[in-house]
Amino acid sequence: MSDSTQSPSDYTASSEVGAVRKRRTRRERWWLALKKAPVSAWFGMLVIAGYVFVAVFAPLLAPYGEAEIFPTPFAPWDATHQFGTDQIGRDILTRMIYGARNTMGIALVTTLLSFLIGGGLGLIAAINRSWLDQLLSRMTDVIMAIPSLIFALMLLSIFKPSVASLIFIIAVLDSTRVFRLTRSVAINVVVMDYVEAARLRGEKLSWIMRHEILPNIMPPLVAEFGLRFSFVFLTIASLSFLGVGIQPPTADWGSMVRENASLIQFAQYDIKAGITPLLPAAAIGLLTVAVNFVVDWFLHKSSGLRDEH
Amino acid sequence: MHPIFITIIKRLALGLVTLFVVSAIIFSSVTLLPGDFGEAVLGQAATEETVAAFREELGLDKPAVLRYFEWAGAVLKGDLGTSFSGRSASGVDRSRSVAEMIWPRLKNTLFLAGVTALIAVPLAIILGLSAALYRNTWYDRSINATTLTTISMPEFFVAYVLILLLSSLWKAFPSLATVDPGMLLGERLYRIALPAFTLTLIIVAHMMRMTRAAIINLLASPYIEMARLKGASRSEIILKHALPNAWAPIATVVAFNLAYLVVGVVVVEVVFVYPGVGQLMVDSVTSRDIPVVQACALIFAGTYIILNLIADVIGIVTNPRLLHPR
Repeated sequence: MSDSTQSPSDYTASSEVGAVRKRRTRRERWWLALKKAPVSAWFGMLVIAGYVFVAVFAPLLAPYGEAEIFPTPFAPWDATHQFGTDQIGRDILTRMIYGARNTMGIALVTTLLSFLIGGGLGLIAAINRSWLDQLLSRMTDVIMAIPSLIFALMLLSIFKPSVASLIFIIAVLDSTRVFRLTRSVAINVVVMDYVEAARLRGEKLSWIMRHEILPNIMPPLVAEFGLRFSFVFLTIASLSFLGVGIQPPTADWGSMVRENASLIQFAQYDIKAGITPLLPAAAIGLLTVAVNFVVDWFLHKSSGLRDEH
Repeated sequence: MHPIFITIIKRLALGLVTLFVVSAIIFSSVTLLPGDFGEAVLGQAATEETVAAFREELGLDKPAVLRYFEWAGAVLKGDLGTSFSGRSASGVDRSRSVAEMIWPRLKNTLFLAGVTALIAVPLAIILGLSAALYRNTWYDRSINATTLTTISMPEFFVAYVLILLLSSLWKAFPSLATVDPGMLLGERLYRIALPAFTLTLIIVAHMMRMTRAAIINLLASPYIEMARLKGASRSEIILKHALPNAWAPIATVVAFNLAYLVVGVVVVEVVFVYPGVGQLMVDSVTSRDIPVVQACALIFAGTYIILNLIADVIGIVTNPRLLHPR
């Protein structure tokens, strides 16, 4: 790029070529990419940032304690309880704020664990295409043949419903999809010459995985992370809604919908009471939409993948 | 023999193997149970004899492989075992057979799913096809935006919004989908209007997007370009050139989404308190009634596998390249 101060009269080809190209810093490149992002992606990122802010600073933002009980159950919306109280008199706004922390935190840990399991095994299967690959692939085929919500319900009937078992069960079930994706993209990278060179150099399996293969399969994995997160988030919310996920008194959006659902019947007398149970459900939906918007943009940008031909 | 039969038979055999393995997994979940399980079911006051008798009834003293084949044989004959609920510490056994609990509910679930499918499938295909034909117009964009939002919302959100609008504010439909066997068809349909509507919204969104993507994918292929260049009319391109190749992806999309219906039905049944298999499964998970959970899981997983199998077979049968091998 030539200096913009130059006038057309003293412009020479050599000055154009000879100008030292300044390499953009990582931050500049990020900023450029962000500026080109469509409105939907910006909207998504802002929403996600807002949710993260609420989740991190929950104890500071919440007006009351997570399980603090007030005398009137199902209190209407007013100055002391902005969104009223729930069936045993807990402040709904407070529980919404803590719910952001619990629901998102658990979904995030679950997704990370599922990427650790699925991604790790997928890489190993792609590098070591032996009986191990066959075994793991057939196992994922079988697990994926059962709808994951049904499988999760079955496993939850055996293990006691607790946060730990919930995280573990969903992570294992979800890791099958991560495994498939990682394996299929990594297989194309494993056959590259530089991987062969690293292997001949005598690098260890884990080194090859981290330094040669992982950086090259990152974009699809990052996009998948967003999609898996919203899927896991919805699954956990559904399970909590069904009463077998996150257990009370921990505040979470899925069980809040279940607990306050009866308020919907009073909508014609007090519309505010009627929409109270929809607030946590809307919070779930909004986050999923936001994540989908960002992932869409990222996929578009990183792979040129387009819906249209 | 026509090569198509060999392909179909191979696919059916694979489906059978999957069913077998899945049933084995569902069965072996019982062996994962902790040791003090008998007491948990029978209550703290259970004597050692009743616990021992209970364990013997479950056959926990026999090897697992033997038990699996006994169980699978019984399931094939329609005997799904006996429920854990209704048993007490004193050894009095008021438990019911699982098959007897599931049958009426299975009919209800199939009725709901059937009604939904009848509305959703034609609607989704028409919407998907038209969105693909008029792609990038305001029509396509608005349909896309609507369906993307519906997909991202949890099922229970859609359900409660519908209850709020159509049952609570405007009292058009009942919010509880209670049905009993003596009901007439019209009354039944009226009662399940809201759950069927909820499921339709969810399924149509998925199915329509996938149909649209499949058709757009197809319209991008060189032979369609060729047909267009040689001057074939728009309807001719769609009906004569695109559709024969589109049946397979559309069938896959339909079957895949009907399989998705299997999962959606669980949450929707709970929201509308509809007496179906999904609600029974959730109740049994809460009360840890393992035989009922197993039976429900088997039904859901079996339906899912069979639907996917049907999709694959339709895909094979309608594939012009397989029908006319060189």
